[in-house]
Amino acid sequence: MTQPILKLRDVVVEFPALRGLKALMAPRDARHVQALNGISLEVMRGETLAIVGESGSGKTTLARAINGLLPLAGGEIWFKDIALHQRPDWHDIRRQMAMMFQDPVGSLSPRKTVRDLVLEPFAIHGRKAGNPTETAARLLEDAGLNADFLNRYPHQLSGGQARRVGVARALALNPAVVLADEPTAGLDVSVQGEILNLLNAIKAEHGLTTVIITHNLNILRHIADRIAVMYLGRIVEIGPVTQIMEAPRHPYTAALMSANPEPDPTTRRERIILSGETPALTSRPTGCEFHPRCPVARDDCSARVPELTQSGPRAVSCHYPISENT
Amino acid sequence: MTETLTVDGLTVHYATREGALQALRDVDLNVPAGQIVGIVGESGCGKSTLINALLQLMSENARIAAGSVTLEGEELVGAPSRRLRDMRGRDISVVFQDPMTSLNPVLTIGRQMHDIQYREKISRAEKTRRAADMLGRVGLPDPVAKLDAYPHELSGGQRQRVAIAMAVLMRPKLLIADEPTTALDATLEVQIIDLLKELQREIGCAILFISHHLGVIAELCDRVVVMYAGEAVEEGPVADVFNTPSHPYTAKLIECDPGRMKTKAALLPAIPGDLPDLTAPPTGCIFRDRCDKAAEICRTSPTPSAVTGAHWARCHFAGGGRQ
Repeated sequence: MTQPILKLRDVVVEFPALRGLKALMAPRDARHVQALNGISLEVMRGETLAIVGESGSGKTTLARAINGLLPLAGGEIWFKDIALHQRPDWHDIRRQMAMMFQDPVGSLSPRKTVRDLVLEPFAIHGRKAGNPTETAARLLEDAGLNADFLNRYPHQLSGGQARRVGVARALALNPAVVLADEPTAGLDVSVQGEILNLLNAIKAEHGLTTVIITHNLNILRHIADRIAVMYLGRIVEIGPVTQIMEAPRHPYTAALMSANPEPDPTTRRERIILSGETPALTSRPTGCEFHPRCPVARDDCSARVPELTQSGPRAVSCHYPISENT
Repeated sequence: MTETLTVDGLTVHYATREGALQALRDVDLNVPAGQIVGIVGESGCGKSTLINALLQLMSENARIAAGSVTLEGEELVGAPSRRLRDMRGRDISVVFQDPMTSLNPVLTIGRQMHDIQYREKISRAEKTRRAADMLGRVGLPDPVAKLDAYPHELSGGQRQRVAIAMAVLMRPKLLIADEPTTALDATLEVQIIDLLKELQREIGCAILFISHHLGVIAELCDRVVVMYAGEAVEEGPVADVFNTPSHPYTAKLIECDPGRMKTKAALLPAIPGDLPDLTAPPTGCIFRDRCDKAAEICRTSPTPSAVTGAHWARCHFAGGGRQ
């Protein structure tokens, strides 16, 4: 757990905000929006880091940047000792860093059978699959599906089964890191548990490092070791999962945790309801970017940008973090 | 208490190549005036079919095999399509899951809100005023300017607010909310829940709230109906159903929700198995194959048995009888 396997420093990803003549006429800094705005984090070998945040916070962009699906506008990403920001051999890296995409059925080609889908990574990477049918059956079995599924097509699978095929594909080449984008999206609660158990079991068995992107707060404490909370393309708080969930220090984290409706009609928690919505990336607020919605913002929050400050195992970017005794 | 909506023994079949798919079987449901009733169920439980049947907007291959749907005493099944068209949008309205697909992308918000009022014999200016008023009521900043906006210019939360404003504009008797918060973020979800509560108090319409999110149901609804594979398996006041779930499916569903567990679970609970094939549903209890409690008696169909007062479950073991 001591060695970082992934290291990000000040990662910036930009998207063009304007096109054509407008872009040429606009001042340089208005041509792009920063979807990721200086992300620094480390993922330790064998740990599960969950990245949480609402839509538009840059979670998926972060996963795609790590896997080289988006170009970096700045910063560095290191995978082991390979510099991912300096045109590495992606073909080889993606063999070691597998991605599980959001839509379980949509990420499977509808024209291929489960057998072909599970063997596809071997073909792409020019690896021998041994006895193909046996290998496919073994991978499926690891993902909790029996060999009857080999000849099915994606439309014949339920959401949970399709997700399992996605897991089998991601694990086919024995990667060191798995990036899972919303592994429970679109799954029913009764199936969700099975998939999370599967991920936990695989992680324990293979010593896998996982980065899970999710907005499902309920599952966090059951799968993650640490969580990073994102807002507007920045990390506002990061640390061990129980500490953050039980004693959030950033007001946004606190609001996010309290906004989660509980399946219990008798408990009524104090809820922090945030006013308004996440601002657009094109009009970032000054100072602390959360200040227009922050229930405890003070005057200087709109002027000074807070730094992500480390204290012990956790870090928070807020001028006036919620302290433990309040 | 008067019932706004009464569904009685509703049975809907879809014609498929494999035979009749029995999507809803003998579903009973009451939504009393001024109450919020939740329907909870996972994919394939028949939620969407139920909504379509309530609106009498069913796909070509669907057929209501039995049962009735009445809105304030008026039968909807088999009603003339003219009459139904008159009621949709005025007496019954719907808020759908995805506000981007339920709004027309090429018309302004104002134009769409005008169109809803096509039956009203009032001036254009008055229609505009009502639309702006309602947009303000659902908490949109600067409602008059929003009338000229197109759906893509609004954020997801704002679009859902517009969809809600449109749905309640005609002060319907029944508002059907089909997973209205699923596409939204957690912090917006609670805003929308509060908005629905507030509007319900103000307008007094009955709300049928459909969701797979137990937390939202627990928070918002007065009563809840649990559906599984086309049947209503349990119904009762929210507190009763959540505190003493009496159908094994409900109990499992609540148990599976990881939000309940405050400490890290080594193994998360799940319900093993799949939904039964609804073209040939098994005889007896529909949940039998996935139920821990299943016994010989479960080969016969259970009838709803009362647990307490208005709380019942369709299980042989419910109500303390044989447990």
